[in-house]
Amino acid sequence: MKLLKANNISKTFINNGSDNKILADLNFELKDGEIVAILGKSGSGKSTFLRILAGLIQPSSGEILYRDNAVTEPVKGIGMVFQNFALMPWLTVLENVELGLEALGINREERRTRAIDAIDMIGLDGFESAYPKELSGGMKQRVGFARALVMNPDILIMDEPFSALDVLTAENLKTDLLELWQNKKTGTNGILFVTHNIEEALMLSNKIVIMSSNPGKIAGSVDVNLPYPRNYQDPEFLRLVDVIYTLITANITHNKKKSSLIKSNLGLGYRIPEVSTDEIMGLIETIYTDFESEKTIDLPKLSDHLAMDIDDLLPITEALETLELANVFDGDIKISETGVKFFNADLLERKKIFAKQLLKNIPLARAIRNRLDEASFSQISEKHCLELITPYLSAKESQKVMRTMIDWGRYAEIFAYNFNENMLTLENPN
Amino acid sequence: MKKSYKPSKIHSTAINIWDIYLFIIVAATLFCITWATMQMSKPYDIGNPPQIHLEANYLPSYALKSFWRMLIAMGFSLLATFIFGTWAAKSKKVESIIIPLIDILQAIPVLSFLTITVAGFMQLFPGNLLGPEMASIFAVFTAQAWNMILGFYQGIKTVPHELIEVGKMYQLSWWRKFWKIEVPNAMPSLIWNMMMSMSASWFFVVASEAISFSSQTIMLPGVGSYIALAIEKQDYMAIFNAIVCMLIVIIIYDQLFFRPLLFWSKKFNSDSQEEDNQKSWVVNILQRTRALKYSRVLLEKIYDQFAKLSFFTKKISLIKNPLSIPKAMKVKSDWFYYIFLILSLLLSIYFIVNKIEIKEILLVCKLSFYTSIRVFAMIIVSSVIWVPIGVWIGLRPNIASNIQPIIQFLAAFPANLLFPLVVISILHFQLNHEIWTTPLMILGSQWYILFNVIVGTLAIPKEIHFAANNMGIKGKLWWKSFIIPAIMPYYITGAITAAGAAWNASIIAEYVTWGSIKLHATGIGGYIAKYAETGDSTRVVTGTLAMCIYVLFFNRFLWQPLYNYATSRMQQ
Repeated sequence: MKLLKANNISKTFINNGSDNKILADLNFELKDGEIVAILGKSGSGKSTFLRILAGLIQPSSGEILYRDNAVTEPVKGIGMVFQNFALMPWLTVLENVELGLEALGINREERRTRAIDAIDMIGLDGFESAYPKELSGGMKQRVGFARALVMNPDILIMDEPFSALDVLTAENLKTDLLELWQNKKTGTNGILFVTHNIEEALMLSNKIVIMSSNPGKIAGSVDVNLPYPRNYQDPEFLRLVDVIYTLITANITHNKKKSSLIKSNLGLGYRIPEVSTDEIMGLIETIYTDFESEKTIDLPKLSDHLAMDIDDLLPITEALETLELANVFDGDIKISETGVKFFNADLLERKKIFAKQLLKNIPLARAIRNRLDEASFSQISEKHCLELITPYLSAKESQKVMRTMIDWGRYAEIFAYNFNENMLTLENPN
Repeated sequence: MKKSYKPSKIHSTAINIWDIYLFIIVAATLFCITWATMQMSKPYDIGNPPQIHLEANYLPSYALKSFWRMLIAMGFSLLATFIFGTWAAKSKKVESIIIPLIDILQAIPVLSFLTITVAGFMQLFPGNLLGPEMASIFAVFTAQAWNMILGFYQGIKTVPHELIEVGKMYQLSWWRKFWKIEVPNAMPSLIWNMMMSMSASWFFVVASEAISFSSQTIMLPGVGSYIALAIEKQDYMAIFNAIVCMLIVIIIYDQLFFRPLLFWSKKFNSDSQEEDNQKSWVVNILQRTRALKYSRVLLEKIYDQFAKLSFFTKKISLIKNPLSIPKAMKVKSDWFYYIFLILSLLLSIYFIVNKIEIKEILLVCKLSFYTSIRVFAMIIVSSVIWVPIGVWIGLRPNIASNIQPIIQFLAAFPANLLFPLVVISILHFQLNHEIWTTPLMILGSQWYILFNVIVGTLAIPKEIHFAANNMGIKGKLWWKSFIIPAIMPYYITGAITAAGAAWNASIIAEYVTWGSIKLHATGIGGYIAKYAETGDSTRVVTGTLAMCIYVLFFNRFLWQPLYNYATSRMQQ
């Protein structure tokens, strides 16, 4: 029995007259009794996809079916849990949980009993009259769960529900959620959630769908048939971690192959990963000093060693790869020859190598430098530079890319930047 | 005061062509009202005007009447807030008109509204005191409404995206979404602005009770008329009585209204770290009274019923864009707008050419210039006094938390009650009134500078203090590179508010009297006041527009750029 089905979903945002494709031809289904995790890097459009499935956003093309009925707006059978809890700060715990029942027009007495039941079930008894601001993050998210579960949803949709919590709190909440699910304490028949944490996806779900970015596509899916409760050290668990890493990075390699044939075509619209130069150098140094004996390093091992999520780690490895300081393939990473030279160089030499790699590999850096060389007073406005990329990226993304570009460019000393005037210049001030 | 008034950063500093259009329309509207006034220039007969008595035992009832006027104005302000604030937040088209319009209306001095509209109100209720009453209430309304509308509008605009999504998941109707999500979210900002408005409006309640119209003065029963009569009769004792009475009234108002409301509004804040040791004994009593508890539950029930009125819960397909107008109509409404604009322009030109001499225009420009020098001089003087004191207090959080309620109280006290004292001193010491009436302008609004400096100093992170100490930064360098830049955005916010209020107060401050002695300082405020007294509405409008242009000019080209610069530099 299919609870939720997505057919050929695409989503395009129109920006400055040019189309910006976020999601392309996604197909997906959630079956009765399944917990499915959608896994992807930041910027892969996984949250947008989740909101389309929940009926909050309309797709540009394709359709969503909930129990064979088209979804064009939020439907009664689907409940949602939010990343940042989304509690009404002016309502008490009890009133927050009651709000949805009230919207259904259920009378005061019944909604109070049902709300108190849900609060008890999720372990919030004693906090009924508290305001959200009095609660810790974990307790707030429990209210978020109670609020969704009190509606007795057929499907529970969760948008990174544990990512705003610390490790122990998240662990505790996950265990409680699984227990509710296994004991069939709720009427929920399927759970769908988005995460960027591979272990979290493997701990909870029966199936993991992996999304790739630019535009968001489904890169593959992995079935997880391990019994609950699952163990992080289980060999099968570790093997699956590796498989998922390979799937995620394979996608990068794939892109890379395509682009290395026509290297110069890594265009102005390339979304430079939002990473600082310190992080780039830090990763090279870690790889070099902590893993010196190994030629290629397993990404899961590196992620474990640094205690970093894929959301944090993969942008840095992508930056290393784009700048040709390292090679990433099949879930492994290896420092390149230039990378070795970069590591061994002193501070000034490093800047020179970085500048060279930047101008060689990042078209935007090249374009800015060319403009600056031609500009009359060796200065151009930031707005002018933004115009180079706005045809390809959304306004928000352009801002992000520009900020990273300025950060890298200043470090490499290929240009200077005046914050007060928003001007890029060739010389350093004073 | 925890929060501080923030000038909206929605529009850029560049003058938009729409601003000019709007300004022309506002000007034309004012001219039209003036024209209506001139049509009925005959002396107005209001039968037996109520006699004002200077005996002290009349004062409590006068104070109550003044307060009542303020509350009625507040009711209208709230109504306007809910209508226009919501409308602007929901419709892009309306937003692009209302928000700049409020900018212009804020620059128009409150007392000019009184002079310009009094004729219209009197015609509405001929031979009845209701006319001047309405005019007085309308003036107070114009002192209250603008920032409330802006605050509410911003509160609705800033509902967190996730909360909107929760509303959608629950399939709330737009009516319920408005009352259950948007209004509560806008509540802290609305209440804060209400409080600011209430404090400011005491000043104008007092100033707008003695209304001059066609060379005749109507005195509405109230504290303002009492003090006006006391000045006329040169009665020292009565002035002293009025001041004491007002002190008591403001204390009661502060304890019974201001503090409980402020306390209640904290419920709507989402941040938990804000530790306020401000308590309210009234709230304590309310919370402990059982009967009131039941009535609270009852009120909540009524609110819930109201929020789910079935008439509004029907799903309307227009929800996404309640004002989506078909294309053809859109073009038409644009045409309508342009015709309106051209008419306004013609009207303005007609008035300027026919009714006002060029000499007069040059005169008001010159007078506005004098007043602007006064305003800046006063901002500088009060900054020199209050910035060091504010920093000193802000560095001592214990003192600051005790002193803030006192400053709030002082800001609410109508400074115009103190004007006679200053006038008496000027006369007694035979001082130059061109200079010595000037401090009156800032008397009521200097507190904005003080409490913003205190709040700014309190907001400096402890670590930066430690770092400054650690590096041994002292004396001049400490002020120049640490304190001044750190409090700059707060200070500028205070200075903007104080400057705005000073322009407004100049109408009273540049034209003070004591019995038959008139101290008339050269400035646009004095000009407006003089012609308001003789009922020359054309000159009042001319002066008002000149002042309005000056205020807008300084806001756009001085204060807002300064504020934006200070905040962008302060970002961590």
